[in-house]
Amino acid sequence: MVSLLLVFFVSLFFMGVVTRIRSLTSGRKGPSVMQPMWDIVRLWRKGSVYSTTTSFIFQLAPITYIASLLVAVLMVPHGSRAGLISFEGDFIMFAYLLAFGKFMMIIAALDTGSSFEGMGASREALFSMLAEPAFFILMGSFALFTGNSSFQGIFNGLYYGSHFSYMLGGLATFVLIIIAMVENSRMPVDDPKTHLELTMIHEVMILDNSGFDLGLIMYATHLKFAMYGSIIASFFIGSLPLWLSIPLTLVIQMFFAIVVGIMESFTARFRMGHNPQFIFILTSVAILIFFGVLMLLGRFM
Amino acid sequence: MGKTLFELINLLALVAIVLLPLVRKGKALFVIIIFLQLFLGSLLALGVIVGDSIEFFYRGTAVTSVVPIRIDGLSAWFILVIGLTFFTGIWYGMHYLKRYTGERANLTLHYLSFVLVYTALIDICAVQNSFVFLVVWEIMALGTFVMVILDNHKSKTLKAGINYLIQSHIGILLLTLAFIWVKLETGSYDFNAITGFTSSLSASAGLFLFTILFMGFAIKAGFVPFHTWLPHAHPAAPAHVSGIMSGGIIKLGIYGILRMLMLVRIDMVMVGQLLLVVSVITGVYGVMLAIIQHDLKSLLAYHSIENIGIIGIGIAIGCLGIGHENPLLMATGFAGALLHTLNHSLFKSLLFYSAGNIYLARHTMNIDSLGGLLKEMPRNGYLFLIGSLAICGLPPFNGFVSEFLIYKGIISGIITSNSMSVLVILFALLGLVIIGGLALICFTKAFGIMFLGKPRGRPEPVTEDEGKSYPLILTALLILLIGLFPLLLGPTLVKVTALFGTARGVAEPYGLREAVNSSMIIGWYSLGFILLTVVIFLLRRELVAHRIVATEETWGCGYQGDNSRMSYTASSFVRTYRKLFSPLLNIHSSREGASGLYPVSMGKETYPGDKVERWLIDKPLNLSKKLLERFSFLQNGNIQAYILYGLVFITMVILLPTIYALAASFIKILNQL
Repeated sequence: MVSLLLVFFVSLFFMGVVTRIRSLTSGRKGPSVMQPMWDIVRLWRKGSVYSTTTSFIFQLAPITYIASLLVAVLMVPHGSRAGLISFEGDFIMFAYLLAFGKFMMIIAALDTGSSFEGMGASREALFSMLAEPAFFILMGSFALFTGNSSFQGIFNGLYYGSHFSYMLGGLATFVLIIIAMVENSRMPVDDPKTHLELTMIHEVMILDNSGFDLGLIMYATHLKFAMYGSIIASFFIGSLPLWLSIPLTLVIQMFFAIVVGIMESFTARFRMGHNPQFIFILTSVAILIFFGVLMLLGRFM
Repeated sequence: MGKTLFELINLLALVAIVLLPLVRKGKALFVIIIFLQLFLGSLLALGVIVGDSIEFFYRGTAVTSVVPIRIDGLSAWFILVIGLTFFTGIWYGMHYLKRYTGERANLTLHYLSFVLVYTALIDICAVQNSFVFLVVWEIMALGTFVMVILDNHKSKTLKAGINYLIQSHIGILLLTLAFIWVKLETGSYDFNAITGFTSSLSASAGLFLFTILFMGFAIKAGFVPFHTWLPHAHPAAPAHVSGIMSGGIIKLGIYGILRMLMLVRIDMVMVGQLLLVVSVITGVYGVMLAIIQHDLKSLLAYHSIENIGIIGIGIAIGCLGIGHENPLLMATGFAGALLHTLNHSLFKSLLFYSAGNIYLARHTMNIDSLGGLLKEMPRNGYLFLIGSLAICGLPPFNGFVSEFLIYKGIISGIITSNSMSVLVILFALLGLVIIGGLALICFTKAFGIMFLGKPRGRPEPVTEDEGKSYPLILTALLILLIGLFPLLLGPTLVKVTALFGTARGVAEPYGLREAVNSSMIIGWYSLGFILLTVVIFLLRRELVAHRIVATEETWGCGYQGDNSRMSYTASSFVRTYRKLFSPLLNIHSSREGASGLYPVSMGKETYPGDKVERWLIDKPLNLSKKLLERFSFLQNGNIQAYILYGLVFITMVILLPTIYALAASFIKILNQL
């Protein structure tokens, strides 16, 4: 329950912080931290324009997208405190729910019949496929490390005994941050602020969405960032008491937002053809973590 | 009771063989007989699942010796799964076959093959005498061949059918070799002899025997590299046969592998690791090739290979569970594999029937020339969508439940097993995740390009026939039912899975029931997910009820003309993927470039090929062809020469023993000297 409230709370201003950081690094003052959220609220109050080519799928997709994300958020724990949904192997369902949302968004993009959106859909399908193994191997490694296969069990059993395990935590954070960037189609894989449709991934997929639906999709990005931030925070808060863990989570989320902001300000987008290599690095880092855990447990051979 | 049912089913097949060709109203008789058989078969299987297994013996003949009939949970499970696919397949086929009304002889043969294949299937699951098993297996293979070549006036269909026939006979050859080996050493055709025989063999010899058996069944199931018949046979067959084959008949290979695993006594850890590697390769290879297929039915055929890979991963995890004596691994692995067998038969047959409806409407299976079908055949479209989501293993559909079980087995395998197994299981985890991701690409492509967007070209409008979609709706409902309430199947799965333990003298392994049932909880969360979606949907409807809603053309970055030819095609959708994986794929492309001062036309065509087929089938075949061509002078069409060959042959037959006897006596004399 705590984690759910925290994720919603953080989702309100996460993107605001990112935008603010981007403004600051480029020497501007920037809008208020709440501005992205106000934009979404404004969208929620607007009417919509639908393409004549689209079918019901196009209207259904944003709803299933946000619903799948909400159920996934319910699974996110707060350190050793379980989320509302918690069972053995919940991270598998977590990943597959997100995949469900992605499936719907991809076919919604194809529903418009626009070649731009088809292009974005094709890239989204491929890049998210490439990022998936990293998440599973990461969670598999920590399942091996702690002997548990649920989010809650993993974070509960996580203890930092040696310096070596701190390194694993650091690597895991790196992998999760990049996964969050890929999943949300941010730099350096995709540039949401570009002006040319040909070079986008996620933004071009939602060219034809408007009004309430667009608001839902935009909010989903905020929620996703807050969700991944919450998972990253769980790596560090363990079973600390609430009065310590809640501020710590907020600090970590803040830190995450600042990192995202700085990365977006100082990196350029990759050439499309280089993205697969970059994303596959994640899997290799995840495998590195796996071998690290094997060594730590002395189960190597 | 069981014996009567079993005999009745076989008797009905005999009746059908005699009566079907004679009766004028063949269709009605066929429907009565096959549905009666299906009913009796399901009754037989349900009886076993609810009660005890059946065992009785026929005295047999001098050649076959005693024929034991044993129907346990495993047989019953497969009889039910395949029977279900037969039921929907024949129901759908009744509509699909309306086009063939004129061809009476062809149809009668087609009907008869259904009856024979179904009867053979029951017998395959029941007979445990290797000699009779091979006979019924052969009947099944031949019957399937007849089923596939319904369109026998097309040379492509015949070629695919013969390809299937040859390859399945290679499988039969391998099985025969293995069974003869057992018979020679033990003197018994009874399957139970395998148990004693393998425990007396050395470890490597036992593994060798299992490998031969595995290869024999793997050809039927479609494990890579024995899959090459599958992508040819499925597109050639009519839609209902493709559905039955993919959903039902190839599962017999899985049954065979599971049955042998139950019987053999060899190092299960070794078997598990080998099987895991083969299955992961099968799964990933299948889906990798599925993505680049432009023919919908070949795409689905390659997906069958992928799903066989997933089932194989489950079986392998179960074997590792037996080997490491870990009930959790065993339960999740085998239960996942068994459930995925059922699930795959449901969604794959749904997809094939739906593809059949598209074929009837548009007379093409080329994904690139279809588009915007959802508006014309909405019912078929949404059914295809359900099948696509289920085959990608996404919640809340049934594919997710079985994949979840296998994932859980993999994760607990990582946690509990040691050194070597951990690395192999990590490979399986990587493979399964990649399979999932690639399946997503594949089915967003198939559904998105065919059903969404704008129609390509100017096709004539179609009207949807309601009757054709009833069997599809039934299948879709079952898919959703298993996805939401998997607990319904829990006890059955536990019962069947426990057989692998009891076969090894372990009473129901501790924690088996617990392991299967605790995984089934995901059904409730899937239900919650659906409810949440409905709530948000209603909420949205309330909120936007009074807003202005306008319709416009799709935003084309300023371009306003007709853009139906500009929309994304399947080839362009998978282009990035194709470039990325090109070293592993085998894509022939022919390019007709613009040339000269006034270029008229240009174009490019790509054909997806199969690397394994090229190296394993085509190349050796060409080599042997070259070798045999050297002897082509013998076939010169000259009758005198042929008479000469005959004479030479007869002389040889007569002379050879004489020469042999002479030589022998000569050597004898030499020896005596």
